[in-house]
Amino acid sequence: MNSGTGSSAGQEPVTGEDGGVGVPLWEVFVRPRRGLSHAHVGSLHAPDAATALRHARDVYTRRQEGVSIWVVPAAQITASSPEEKDAFFDPAADKAYRHPTFYPVPDGVPHL
Amino acid sequence: MLLDEVESAEAALRAARRQQVPAETSGVPAGGPEIDSFEQLIAADLKIEPRDEMPEAYRKTLIRQIAQHAHSEVIGMQPEANWITRAPSLKRKAILLAKVQDEAGHGLYLYGAAETLGVTREHLVGLLLTGRQKYSSIFNYPTLTWADMGAIGWLVDGAAIVNQVPLCRCSYGPYARAMIRICKEESFHQRQGFEILWTLARGTPAQRAMAQDAVDRWWYPSLAMFGPPDQESTHTERSMAWKIKRFSNDTLRQRFVDTTAGQAEALGLKLPDPHLRWNPQRGSYDFTPPDYDELRRVISGDGPCNRQRMAHRRAAHADGAWVREAAAAYAAKHGTGAE
Repeated sequence: MNSGTGSSAGQEPVTGEDGGVGVPLWEVFVRPRRGLSHAHVGSLHAPDAATALRHARDVYTRRQEGVSIWVVPAAQITASSPEEKDAFFDPAADKAYRHPTFYPVPDGVPHL
Repeated sequence: MLLDEVESAEAALRAARRQQVPAETSGVPAGGPEIDSFEQLIAADLKIEPRDEMPEAYRKTLIRQIAQHAHSEVIGMQPEANWITRAPSLKRKAILLAKVQDEAGHGLYLYGAAETLGVTREHLVGLLLTGRQKYSSIFNYPTLTWADMGAIGWLVDGAAIVNQVPLCRCSYGPYARAMIRICKEESFHQRQGFEILWTLARGTPAQRAMAQDAVDRWWYPSLAMFGPPDQESTHTERSMAWKIKRFSNDTLRQRFVDTTAGQAEALGLKLPDPHLRWNPQRGSYDFTPPDYDELRRVISGDGPCNRQRMAHRRAAHADGAWVREAAAAYAAKHGTGAE
């Protein structure tokens, strides 16, 4: 994933493994059934999009868990940063007036 | 019913999410300090997610545990794949294929979870192939007869379920979610094994004897799957404090015996333990512990099939290299890759 504060841990490379070039990582989203949206179910490795789709079907829908699959290269996903999440999401925290419960409803007012 | 525990672990994930929504009527924003430090999250039984701040030791111990769990699933395909071509009927062959396919899938879910902690698949596979990470010692035993398929499904998957259901509540989100998925699939595995033994135990005398022999050989190794006794288990305290491990080895081992003894009676097969007996004072079965020296020997490489399992895995990796290279070349040539 791309982010301003990515932290991939240093690990010693194991020599001889695919010449150091990895098979790309994909994130998988499945729509369980009509009416629901696609939900993230996990990830997998595949060399290209068509193979990623087939692998996703084989790994994540063996028991009819889905009617539609999206696969997205993990490198294409931009994620908000956990370290910056306070500054990023704080503005919403003090705006209770966005919620219907902020507003008292006088007795006897119908349909409000 | 263990599946109910899995369902409630899943429901707990959804309920935790709803706790975040403020419900203020007074115009005052939801107060109180944000729960977001690692220690606070663990204490509140909330999940740690990828890229959250976490102690390096937490990250490392999880990588090791999840990766070794993944390796176990993949190596675990071997003893059962051994009987696919010799299943006694087409239906049983299809079922065994589905089970082994599930184990591959479980390995993939777990490798995916481990990778969220900042390691690559290539690195983890390398650690297995070079023997620097291990897999569950149970898979170093041979499958000698068709009845072993029943014993493995009933006892080995049964023990795995007892181990894995608590992990559905482990503190690391991706691992907990992978375990929920795995546990739901695992219960078919256990029932499949039980059904094989049920059929054999009600068959010819030779089939009955084959079933009993398989149970005799797989019972104690299944007990050993829960690891060394609590007083010898080195990492347990820290794993418990971090809510990775929720119950001790001996607690889970006892739970497995208590849930399995009644199933053996129903099968009409004997568990090979003359001291296995219901203890009304403890409300549990008394039982003979497995041979922990044997467990140590098998873990350190001296089991019946250690060399064979690793040789098979290395050969599979080497023999598959041309497929990986061809697929990469095709993707590069047709520009359908991930960039």
